[in-house]
Amino acid sequence: MSIALDLAPTTEAEVSEILADSHARRTPLRIAGGGTRVENPGPGEPLSLARLSGVVTYSPAEMTLIARPGTPLPEVRAMLAAEGQALAFDPPDPGRILGRNGTPTLGGMVAANASGPRRLLAGACRDHLLGVRFVDGRGRFLKNGGRVMKNVTGLDLSKLLAGSHGTLAVLTEVVLKTLPLLPARTTLAFPGVTETTALRIFTTALSTPFEVSGAVHVGGTAFLRLEGLEGQLAYRRDRLLALLAEHRPEVVDDAPWDDIRDAAHFATGGPLWRILCKPTDAPGICTGLRAIGGDCSLDWGGGLIWYRGPGNPRGLAPHATLIRRAGVQGPAFPPLPAAVARLQDGLRRTFDPAGILNPGLMDA
Amino acid sequence: MAMPAPDQRIIARGPQIVAALRAVLPADAVIDDPQETRAYECDALTAYRCPPLAVVLPRTTAEVAAVMGVCGGMGVPVVPRGAGTSLAGGALPTADCVILGTMRLREVLEIDTDNRYVRVQTGVTNLSVSAELEPLGFFYAPDPSSQLACTIAGNIAMNSGGAHCLKYGVTTNNLLGATVVLTTGEVVELGGPEMGPAGLDLLGILCGSEGQLGVVTEATLRILPRPEGARPVLIGFGSPEVAGECVANIIRSGVLPVAIEYMDEPCLRAVEAFAKAGYPDCPAVLIVEVEGSRAEIDDQIARIRAIADALNPVEFRESRNADEALAIWKGRKSAFGAMGRLGDYICLDGTVPVGQLPYTLRRIGELSRQHGLEVANVFHAGDGNMHPLILFDANTPGDLARAEAFGADILRLCVQVGGCLTGEHGVGVEKRDLMGDQYAPDDLTIQMQVKDVFDPDWLLNPAKVFPLDASATHRARAAE
Repeated sequence: MSIALDLAPTTEAEVSEILADSHARRTPLRIAGGGTRVENPGPGEPLSLARLSGVVTYSPAEMTLIARPGTPLPEVRAMLAAEGQALAFDPPDPGRILGRNGTPTLGGMVAANASGPRRLLAGACRDHLLGVRFVDGRGRFLKNGGRVMKNVTGLDLSKLLAGSHGTLAVLTEVVLKTLPLLPARTTLAFPGVTETTALRIFTTALSTPFEVSGAVHVGGTAFLRLEGLEGQLAYRRDRLLALLAEHRPEVVDDAPWDDIRDAAHFATGGPLWRILCKPTDAPGICTGLRAIGGDCSLDWGGGLIWYRGPGNPRGLAPHATLIRRAGVQGPAFPPLPAAVARLQDGLRRTFDPAGILNPGLMDA
Repeated sequence: MAMPAPDQRIIARGPQIVAALRAVLPADAVIDDPQETRAYECDALTAYRCPPLAVVLPRTTAEVAAVMGVCGGMGVPVVPRGAGTSLAGGALPTADCVILGTMRLREVLEIDTDNRYVRVQTGVTNLSVSAELEPLGFFYAPDPSSQLACTIAGNIAMNSGGAHCLKYGVTTNNLLGATVVLTTGEVVELGGPEMGPAGLDLLGILCGSEGQLGVVTEATLRILPRPEGARPVLIGFGSPEVAGECVANIIRSGVLPVAIEYMDEPCLRAVEAFAKAGYPDCPAVLIVEVEGSRAEIDDQIARIRAIADALNPVEFRESRNADEALAIWKGRKSAFGAMGRLGDYICLDGTVPVGQLPYTLRRIGELSRQHGLEVANVFHAGDGNMHPLILFDANTPGDLARAEAFGADILRLCVQVGGCLTGEHGVGVEKRDLMGDQYAPDDLTIQMQVKDVFDPDWLLNPAKVFPLDASATHRARAAE
């Protein structure tokens, strides 16, 4: 009998049994969904959630989707699009930068709080997460939040679980807010600009009420994305073209936003870091990063820097996470101030007293 | 509403506690005169009152940390309080507590429009944040109805919302960072101007924690460029069901209004008698507001009109200028005041899935007859956040208890149809004992265990959020 097969539960009850057993035996687990996301150097048997899959309820008129964690993201995307809706935070396919063939799942997306270029306008995955069902490290079934837009009754544990990378609990159901799919799209491109100029373009565009839904700088070109109703789009495009005329914008109708979202331009070639910063600090940080070797690109109007290169960026920007190790050792997540680390450790001991859930993954 | 018996040992040490607070704060920042502490004996849930042991009004994070150090060291409970506008009794004192008021923490510390955030001390009022930003073309999105008075500290504690949340989200969606004082007096920084926290999202559990985890003294808030314009329309319908259908159809159409507000017949009658807003005489009215340039607004309203027309509305009123827009909002904005003229009321705050609105409204009508009390409904229809107003007479013995029993039935109904106990007012003391209707014992236990991590001695905002029996059992077990 294969152990790997035993650790592919199909029900919440099986998840609970596995976790209670691992808790009692203090045997660590490495949680996986579609196998696209995490480079986990830690110990443990794999626990696959791929078979805990499927949509429980989708109510377009209530803008809510309830699904199990192993549900493939592309399936959900197609189902929502058929009703003219979407997950507005643009979840990326992280497999492309990790060289994986798997399919991203909703559970992995929530566990990583994965959010694409539209994060600027629409917020992060956690902002669209209305509720969760989960099993903690003792094997307890738990729930938090709800299936309505305003749902904080008591402590908002859903937010805590989003971005916890499976170190606190195993998600067994997620409730997400859906929003209307914006029917039309256009892109302004500014070729041949530096990060400093790109930042100026972003700052100007993002200070307008024109709801720019993507502001990135890739390969020396800055892109601004507009999405919405047809009439809205033409008006906003023309106003931005006038406002940014000195930077010689071009209108592009087929800009590769899926590639940009997935950082496909850094799909191969050495260690890859994801750095969060104050947008206006981005050009300076990029100059520093190039000095230690490698390339960078900007997303989120400068608030997110992708850095591919041999150097360690933490000296230049503290909020740097190592996404693709490519041989680099050491903690993937940035170190935390002592008091915050103590609270975080306390929470991990509360949810997972035996330390069985993805040990080593988020440790600084 | 039961409150735990105050700890007489703490009350007996009152003079020492006040002396210790005086030693670390300026003279005018400590109040223990019973005449003056009386002003803090309740918040906006005025049915419950209890003067605190003392009140402190610090001006800086360091002063707050000093207060927490003193109270933490002496084992004295602390009730944080913003402007005291909580409708759920979230800042109700106990006789053995120190009220920590944040209203003197009112500096706007930094405005950064290039990075689209502001950093403020949390005693600033919600409206004043947007007022500071207005000349720069920006605003802070969450807009609770009490925004003229309520503070950012209270907004963060209760994860406050408002009419425009349909598009912009509630406080948690607009909070980037916080300076938090723990019960030890330790100061921690969570989040910041970056779009995303390092490590676990501690800010996410702090927001909406109702003062259970720490005291927030400074906050970094996301700000947004002001829209070019906004315009409301008013649509009257022959039945609540059809109004509900209209809400769903608008949302499905791809138009995302910034607000969809609903008022039912009893509410409309009260509002008309009071504000004379000229609303149509019909069972249900929607106010739908859209934003953008003039042409964008015209386009969106044309789409909404087509959706509404298919449902045979009693009236579709478009505002053609600022005065007409104001007139449309006038009744809605004065709804709570208008209801107050009819008598005493309690304002509830449950949330239901939008598709359940017609059924929920019908059941509330039945419950109203059963309890023999009138109820009016005004709420944020786009997100299902209901505010039933239950009318009663405070001078009639037993009437308040009847109103509360009716309110509890409505909130249980919200949970039964898949919603939850609160949308934007918080649990406080008001809904504390209903938490067991929404959550299983283990679901509450994990929340209480999270509190243990931040506040091991349970000194912060006692007797709120968690049912008294559940928290007593949990604490007793922890002490073993």
